[in-house]
Formats: sequence, structure tokens, C-alpha cells
Amino acid sequence: MKKQILSVLVENQSGVLARVSGLFSRRGYNIESLVVGRCESPDISRMTIVACGDEAQIEQVKKQLNKLIEVIKVTDITERKHVERELALIKVNAEPGDMRSEVMQIAGIFRAKVIDVGSKTIVLEITGDSGKIDAIEELLKPYGIYEMVRTGKVALQRGSATVLNSK
Amino acid sequence: MKTGAQILIESLKDEGTDIIFGYPGGSVLPIYDVLYDSGIKHILVRHEQAAVHAADGYARASGKTGVCLATSGPGACNLISGIATANMDSVPVIALTGQVPTGMLGNDAFQESDITGITMPVTKHNYLVNDAGNIRRIVREAFFIAGTGRKGPVLIDLPKDVQTGQVDESENLKTEINLRGYKPTFRGHPKQIKSAIKLIAEAKRPIVYAGGGVIASDSSAELIQLAEMLDLPVTTTMMGLGAIPAHHPLNLGMLGMHGTEAANYAVTECDLLIAVGARFDDRVTGKIELFAPNAKVIHIDVDPAEIGKNKAVDVPIVGDAGEVLREMINLSETLDIKKKDPWLVKIENWRENHMMKYRDDKELHPQYIIEQLSGILEGEGIIVSEVGQNQMWAAQYYGFKSPRQWISSGGLGTMGYGFPAAIGAQFAKPDETVVLIAGDGSFQMNIQELGTVSQYNVPVKILILNNMYLGMVRQWQELFYERRYSYTELPQVDFVGIAAAYGIPGLKVEDKDDVEAALKKAMETDGPFLIDFRIEREENVFPMVPAGAAISDMIGCHIPDKEEAKR
Ligand SMILES: Cc1ncc(C[n+]2csc(CCOP(=O)(O)OP(=O)(O)O)c2C)c(N)n1
Repeated sequence: MKKQILSVLVENQSGVLARVSGLFSRRGYNIESLVVGRCESPDISRMTIVACGDEAQIEQVKKQLNKLIEVIKVTDITERKHVERELALIKVNAEPGDMRSEVMQIAGIFRAKVIDVGSKTIVLEITGDSGKIDAIEELLKPYGIYEMVRTGKVALQRGSATVLNSK
Repeated sequence: MKTGAQILIESLKDEGTDIIFGYPGGSVLPIYDVLYDSGIKHILVRHEQAAVHAADGYARASGKTGVCLATSGPGACNLISGIATANMDSVPVIALTGQVPTGMLGNDAFQESDITGITMPVTKHNYLVNDAGNIRRIVREAFFIAGTGRKGPVLIDLPKDVQTGQVDESENLKTEINLRGYKPTFRGHPKQIKSAIKLIAEAKRPIVYAGGGVIASDSSAELIQLAEMLDLPVTTTMMGLGAIPAHHPLNLGMLGMHGTEAANYAVTECDLLIAVGARFDDRVTGKIELFAPNAKVIHIDVDPAEIGKNKAVDVPIVGDAGEVLREMINLSETLDIKKKDPWLVKIENWRENHMMKYRDDKELHPQYIIEQLSGILEGEGIIVSEVGQNQMWAAQYYGFKSPRQWISSGGLGTMGYGFPAAIGAQFAKPDETVVLIAGDGSFQMNIQELGTVSQYNVPVKILILNNMYLGMVRQWQELFYERRYSYTELPQVDFVGIAAAYGIPGLKVEDKDDVEAALKKAMETDGPFLIDFRIEREENVFPMVPAGAAISDMIGCHIPDKEEAKR
């Protein structure tokens, strides 16, 4: 089982997301994350899909995605040079005193931003690759994480390569 | 100013639609009002499932795109098995459905169902139209999508206020189709085509495995030309029947679960398998690891997702079968590819000794009926089947001469498909003899269409191979469940009487000796005719590859005589 990152350009229309996710669900493949949003042109959305499967499964999914009328281009960027980022917001227990300063210290090391401070909690914003977010999550766990949200991966190829000009 | 419904009908006419199979209801009233004096013929079926199957049968017989129309909610939902049938067999069909007004969408309004949501996995594409101004573009796109590449059904859902919405169409009407996400490949890659020819030149035991794609792309002439040029034996799937004449010396007949011994042995022994417009369906391949186990594989298909899906391929060629075969013919003309003699001798032997056979005694055997029919029609006409044993006997014993003569639900195996599809086929080809081969079970799934046949005097000949069983299921119970016939027996029905109630003439036939005369009578009768053949009840379809076995592992190849069978 390999993790694959697919960068998919789709028409910005209602129903596209259901079609795409349907392709995965009917084959029993799990989507690890799917991020969709506007991209450089307003009538196109870019999806970044991270999915697990063996090579044949992923190959089939790519081909099926390409068959969807509203899918403009699918590129598997796993093996290509790319940058990837994920963003997380973490609401962590941070009672004033030692605890709070320890949490702030961890945040500092990871270059996480404090975006909300409550009487007992703070909310951290952290950006990075998934490994970095996993790491800070591990470190913060002992203090007590109230809530957390991760965006899922977004990725772009490095240099001048784009989804549209990639073969 | 025009209404959405007017634009819809105009757009359909622009696409060449002259017939619609449909059933009205509240949310399609505006469309029906325009249809009334539009010049498009509308056939009122008796159930929406029949509308979509008829549109499908029309499409398969004519090569054009079939159109059906249903109201929202229950009407639309009744289309689903028909849409799925067309989708599995890649048939171009446009399904038009009414919908509740846009303002009520999602409110569980009366007769609302989310038909675009429901049909998403069984359509090639679908549309929920939210503005009358989009109808013209969407209809054009829908026909383009349905009828190109790997063909398939497209559904257009039309809310009632969109049908009545006013549009000022003073600006340009001819919208260009611009679907950047849909660019089917037609021409095969020249390098791959060269590699394919090289493999063919090197092969000692090549065989062509041709599927429904050859029929859909109207490329059977090219297939035959290439096969004759290079001495390539050919086997076809059930969907590919007619791609090469049944009695052509290179044709080994159908392969797969109920294929000929000749075809199944040849595929098992070949060293090169040339798949054209076929998709390695499990009913064809049996145990996939043992399907053409020692062969290199060339796979020609218009749908890239089919290539490598079930079987590893050495030379993949994405493209229209006709285009690719023409290229292959051009390339082969300059080459001198030797006849593969020992292989052809073997093929000839198999053809002589291992084609279809059955116990031909005094009893009324269904195979005999099909043979007689084939003789009387001289292999012409359009044969439409239901699903089950009737379908397999028709596929095995009818001597098809050309493509689009055989119409049957392959991928989905939809009982109830045949009768309405035969009606659709008859409207597509009014001058052809259209014959339905049905089981008593399947026929009763859309038996209400006798009403349609009667109303429009559709001259289909209905042949029921009546065994008072859900025969194919009974066969599996006999062979694999110790003859425990759990809920597969059907009581006798007076089909001739039912037909008579609809004003359709018919005959009951119990004796072998009466078969020929009855068939002739049916063919000579103007208009529809029904024959209720009371066949040998426990006749089986043989040969048979048990599910999951290799296709060379057939049972029932030796047909015992009656005494032997009793022992
Ligand atoms: C809609 C539907 N329901 C159930 C089946 C399963 N099935 C396949 S063949 C068959 C029996 C068909 O019986 P009949 O139409 O009498 O034909 P026969 O096999 O006797 O020729 C059944 C129930 C099916 N293919 N389609």
C-alpha cells in the first residue's frame, strides 16, 4: 500500500465533489484527505487528494477520474518534485503558569502561531508537512488537546511544472 | 421569447431525434405540451423501464442515440435499471426527466427524487439544468458525450420552472461544444500499432477476441478484413456476435462461460491474444489467471480505463476500434506475414468437432427452435433476447450474419430488457423482421408492453421458450445446489390467451413437428405474433464453465442421449 498525492483540476461546479468521492467509495478505497478550493482561474477548482492503495488500484482511480467529464486533468505528483503543506489549528490545555510557558515554548520551536488565548486554553496555528504536524500533536498531547482540525495536504510541483503542462 | 420546453424539443430535433419513448406526469407537462404537435413521434409505453429499454434497443439497432422521457420521482426512478443496463453495455441513450421546480429542490416536494444523485454511478454523465438558457448547450453536450468515445447514457433532469422559463434567444444559437475535460482518443498511437503488428508477425498461435466495441464502432468490416489478410482466427464475446458472420471459416464462435469448446480451447492455447473492444469480463475469462495463460496480449479499446484493468497487457492501444484496425490493415499490406498453418489446421479441427451440439431427439428442444428460426430467416433479421437460458441458446444457435442483428443485455443481464428493446429496435428498423426470444420468467417482467405493441401495431415476433422455470437459476441449482429448486418454479400461464386479450394473435406449440409451421405463420403474419413454445423443462445450457473455473474446464461437452442421461 502506497500513499499517493493526486493533483486534480476540475470544473468549478456543483456535484463534482460527489462524483469524485463516489469513484473512491464504490471501489472501497479510502481517501486519506481531500482538499478542494479555487485556484488560479475562477472557473477551475484544484483538488489535492491523498489516497492509499496498491499501484494497480491507484492507476485505475486515476483513469476513472480522467473519465469524469468535469475532471480537466489528473496528475500524480507523488514521485515528482513537489512542495506540500498542511495547516492545523490546535486548541490545547494551557493553564497560566508553567504549563502555559511550556506550551508556548513548544509552539516557538515549531514556529506555530498563537491565534487565540483563553483563560485555560490557547489555540495554535501550525503549517508544515504532515510529519511536522504529527510531531507537535504528539508533544502537545500530554497537556490535553481539546480540539484539533487539520486541513489535509495541499501540494504543488516545484519549478515551472504545472498540472496542465505535466504529462 | 421561447420556453425551456420549446428549446428542448428544438434542440432534440437539431440532434436528429425523431422518436421519443416516454410516459407523462405532472412535472413534464410543459414538455408534453410542446411534443404534442412537434413532429417528433412519441411512443407511449406502459412502464418507464420499458421507455429506457426501448430507447436502448433503438440505439443498438440503429447506431443512433435513443431518447426516453419520464416524469419526476417515481417516473425517473423507474428508469434506473434501464440506464444501468445501457451504461454497462455502452449504449448511447439520453434520459430526460422532469423535476420539481428549482425553488423546491431538496424539500421533499411531491414526487421529488434526487435523480442526478441516484444515477451518478450508472450514467456516463448527468445534468441538473438550473436555467432554461442552458438547455440548448446541455442537449448538445449530452448527445456529444453519449455518442462519442465509449458511448453511454446521459441523463438531463429538467425542473418544471426551467421548462416554462422564458428565454430570449436572439443572440447566436450555435454554441460550440467546449468540454475541456472530455477529449476521447480516436486514433491509436502509431508506435503501439507498429508493435502490435510486430507481435502478430511473430506469433505462431494468434487469436482475435472481439467484443461489443467492434459493433459499437461499426468496424466489423475492418475486423474481417484484417483477420482474412493475416489468417487470424476470431472469437467473439456475446456482445460481439455478428461482428464476423457465424459461418465464416475463421470464426470460432462465442467464448466464455457458455462459449464453444473450440473458442475456449483456442484462447487457452494461443500465444497472442488480440482483444478488440472487449473488456475481459469475468463471464468471458473465467479464472483470469488461466485465461490465455501463455499469451502476449494486445488490447485495443477506446476507454483507457479498460486497458490493464483485469489483465496485464503487452501492447495497449487506446483508440476507436475502426481507426486502429484500419491502421493495422495499412501496415500489414506491406508485410508478408506467413500463414500460421499448424495453428489453422488445429482451429479447423476444433471448428469441425467442437462447435455447439445438443440432444436432437423427439422432444421439443429450445436449441432446435433457434436453429429452425435461423434457417427460416436465413440468418437475417434482428434477434433480441431476454436474460437466462433463452439468451444463451439464442446466442449459441442463431447464425448471425452481420453486426447490430443481436440485441441483448450483456453487462447487467437485465431480465425484462428484451421485450421493450425489441419494440425500440422495430421502430429503428421498421422493414426488418424483429424477433424476441424470451423466457417465461423474463417475459413477465415487462409483459405489460403487449399494450404498446398492440396500440402501435409493432410487428415484433415474440417467441417464448417456456420451461415454467427461472431456467438459468434452476440450472445452477441443479448443478451446484443438489437440485434443490428453491423458488424457481413458475406456474403455467396462458400466454396466447394474454396476447389475445391485447388483440395479438398467437400459437401454442408443444411438438417439435409443429415448430417450422408455427414460425412461418408468425413471419407471414402482418403485425405482432406470439408463440408459446412449451419446451423440455429441464434442458440445460451447455457447454458451461462453472463460476471461477478456467474456461478450458467446461462441463456438458458430451451430450448424453436420453437413456444415458437417466442412468
Ligand atoms: C431483473 C433480474 N432479476 C433477476 C435476475 C437473475 N436471473 C438470471 S437468469 C434468471 C432466470 C430467467 O428465467 P426465464 O426468463 O424464464 O428464462 P430461462 O432461463 O428459463 O430461459 C434469473 C432470475 C436477473 N438477471 N435480472
